Amino acid sequence: MSTVTTVVLAGVGGQGTILAGDVLAKVAVAEGFDVKLSEVHGMAQRGGSVDTIVRFGEEVFAPVIDLGVAEHLIAFELLEAARKIPYLAPGGRLVVNTRTIQPLPVLTGVFPPPVGLVPALEYEGAIFLDAEALACEAGSPRSANIVLMGAASVGLPFSAETWRSVIERRVPAKTVEANLRAFELGREACEGGACSS
Amino acid sequence: MSRTLTSGNEAVARGAWEAGVAVGVGYPGTPSTEVLENLVRYEGVRCEWAPNEKVAAEVAAGASMAGKRALVTMKHVGLNVAADPLYTQAYAGVRGGLVYLVADDPGMHSSQNEQDTRNHAAAAKVPLLEPSDSDEARRFTRVAFEISEKHDIPVIVRTTTRISHGKSLTAAEDPETLVTRSYVKEPDKWVMIPGHARARRRLLDGRLAGLAAYANDCDLNRMELRDPSLGIVCSGVVYQYVREALPEASVLKLGMPYPFPSDLVLDFNSRVERVAVIEELDPYLTSRVKALGVELVEHGLPSIGELSPRMIAEAFGETPLDQREAFNDLPPRPPLLCPGCPHRGVFWALDRMKAVVTGDIGCYTLGALPPLQAMDSCICMGASVGMAHGMEIAAGTDRPLVAVIGDSTFAHSGITGLLHMVYNGGHGTVVVLDNRTTAMTGHQGNPVSGRTIAGDPAPELDLEALGVALGAATVRVVDPQDLEATLAVLREETAAEHVSVVAAKAPCALLIGPTELRYAVDDELCSKCGACVRLGCPAISKEPSGIASIDVSVCVGCGQCVQVCRYDAIAETGPACDIGGGAS
Repeated sequence: MSTVTTVVLAGVGGQGTILAGDVLAKVAVAEGFDVKLSEVHGMAQRGGSVDTIVRFGEEVFAPVIDLGVAEHLIAFELLEAARKIPYLAPGGRLVVNTRTIQPLPVLTGVFPPPVGLVPALEYEGAIFLDAEALACEAGSPRSANIVLMGAASVGLPFSAETWRSVIERRVPAKTVEANLRAFELGREACEGGACSS
Repeated sequence: MSRTLTSGNEAVARGAWEAGVAVGVGYPGTPSTEVLENLVRYEGVRCEWAPNEKVAAEVAAGASMAGKRALVTMKHVGLNVAADPLYTQAYAGVRGGLVYLVADDPGMHSSQNEQDTRNHAAAAKVPLLEPSDSDEARRFTRVAFEISEKHDIPVIVRTTTRISHGKSLTAAEDPETLVTRSYVKEPDKWVMIPGHARARRRLLDGRLAGLAAYANDCDLNRMELRDPSLGIVCSGVVYQYVREALPEASVLKLGMPYPFPSDLVLDFNSRVERVAVIEELDPYLTSRVKALGVELVEHGLPSIGELSPRMIAEAFGETPLDQREAFNDLPPRPPLLCPGCPHRGVFWALDRMKAVVTGDIGCYTLGALPPLQAMDSCICMGASVGMAHGMEIAAGTDRPLVAVIGDSTFAHSGITGLLHMVYNGGHGTVVVLDNRTTAMTGHQGNPVSGRTIAGDPAPELDLEALGVALGAATVRVVDPQDLEATLAVLREETAAEHVSVVAAKAPCALLIGPTELRYAVDDELCSKCGACVRLGCPAISKEPSGIASIDVSVCVGCGQCVQVCRYDAIAETGPACDIGGGAS
């Protein structure tokens, strides 16, 4: 039954989780898996808390999941990592972008900024990386989502070649090079231990 | 056959194209919007955004009368607007196949209610198909056109958010070769005067009987016999949850839940020991299965919001999964108005005026949230105008009273409210937030913006001329990015004893993108008054010291904060960082 693998991409509306989820799903399809993906459009996208769920395996039924089910949680933002951690199964892999986007209630001083998230997530086994810094290094600050997919790829059963060919086809033509570099930098960061837990 | 990863909305468009659809028309509404946006990319299909769902349904009806296949798209609440044509279209029937794609939103991800379209189908007496994944969305849409023509009736294809915005592997087939149908004058079928309608009402029962017979043995409804100890009746995405949660259970999957396949349900009941119905939202299937005298397993699953595989598994006795503990006291992250959003200027002014604001549906509904909190109501498309008038004649408030409505929403159903206000001697102030697009659903063109779904230029609705024609005493145009000017006009118009329209014109911040300017706070000059923070701009924060701070990577340089700072503490600064290449 549990031949299905579930990946949750959690972030803030506008961070590129939808494109990243589409890339991941297409990679899984290219490698011959059945795939389902679920995301929510509309009002929540205006700077709200968003997630994309990608599930792959021999036969996938539900496009959505429950808490405690995901084998992978790729968090595009620190606070969303903390918010969505109950999705992650015990022993699941947690990749976290160290960037913080403070929500409006914190910006306006109504809600205190969260403290101690990094050690708490570390305790949960998080692998951290600074996706924005690596994206800048790759030549496009907007490629942070692909940096994170590079980091995620280390724990997923797909060949780097498949990732690269899907990224090439999926991102805007003039950003292909930057996005391929972003993917490699994210992947190297994890392989090389720079973002090991 | 090669299968590609496709969303339900893309698949509906593909199915309609394969069915030879000639006309696609709708009003944008999450989660239905991308159906037409995909259909317009196919050669030979005429697609149009309508001002509202009623007009869309009527355009589709005309195309059907002309003999062409037509698809009309909307979200669930849109069907309330289109219910008037639909309920009588069931009597008249069709000539070319006529299919309504209606997308429900269990859980209200982006909606004001979670009504269940299956009830509408039964009440309107039109068949309803319910796909469970993208490939079914394609195939069912295709079949819906056949059913429509064969049984002379409009057909609803109902999706839900997880089908519309879920992606799964989907096949593609060649389009059908259709026998050309043309217009034939048939007044006893199309002119629904009482004498004709009475005859058509009786004929409708005959057509429904034929459809019920079809429902009992078509392959849209499927019995999957596995372990006979438990049989589940379900439809739509819930089928997928059931298969995951209870893989051994026998299942009756209803792809066509109306007309209800009673014989098939009784047959299923005779083949399994116990029957349970599992469904999202209203007990549509439950009440019908019960009415057949079938005793149902009680499971206690809710009729509010979405279901999930684990909810179902646990309702049938599985122990809950081990879970990581949630972090306590995390700040919420509600959606918000974008940096540079022109709506913010209007809400800032309304907040300053302490106005009572009847609101409407669009991005600007976010003006109801803190810190602006400048909206007092939001019920349905167009309600702001009528509600402002109702508040006025009921002497509901001594404070300034303003209706706030977006450009597309005004065209959808605000115009008649304004007409009512004028006709009945009201003194209301109607602010039309004209940001040149239908922003919330993803920037569709509309009659005010003057751009068609195909991206072609169209005549722009002249809001000023329209306001005058409807009888408004004044029509003022303001730039909502000029905060003081906006406040001054709103003060004048709410004080005046006449109907006024204020067109707040400035393009959506996402349409124009960031300016070259960036701003920063001078710590020496900042008085910690919080005026800029209260704009609710995601670029502006309050430091622990109370001093304001601007995140230049979020700032788009709109300058709204500069205008509200009385201490000249906000000034231009350099760009965010020199990464090179800029935004990709």
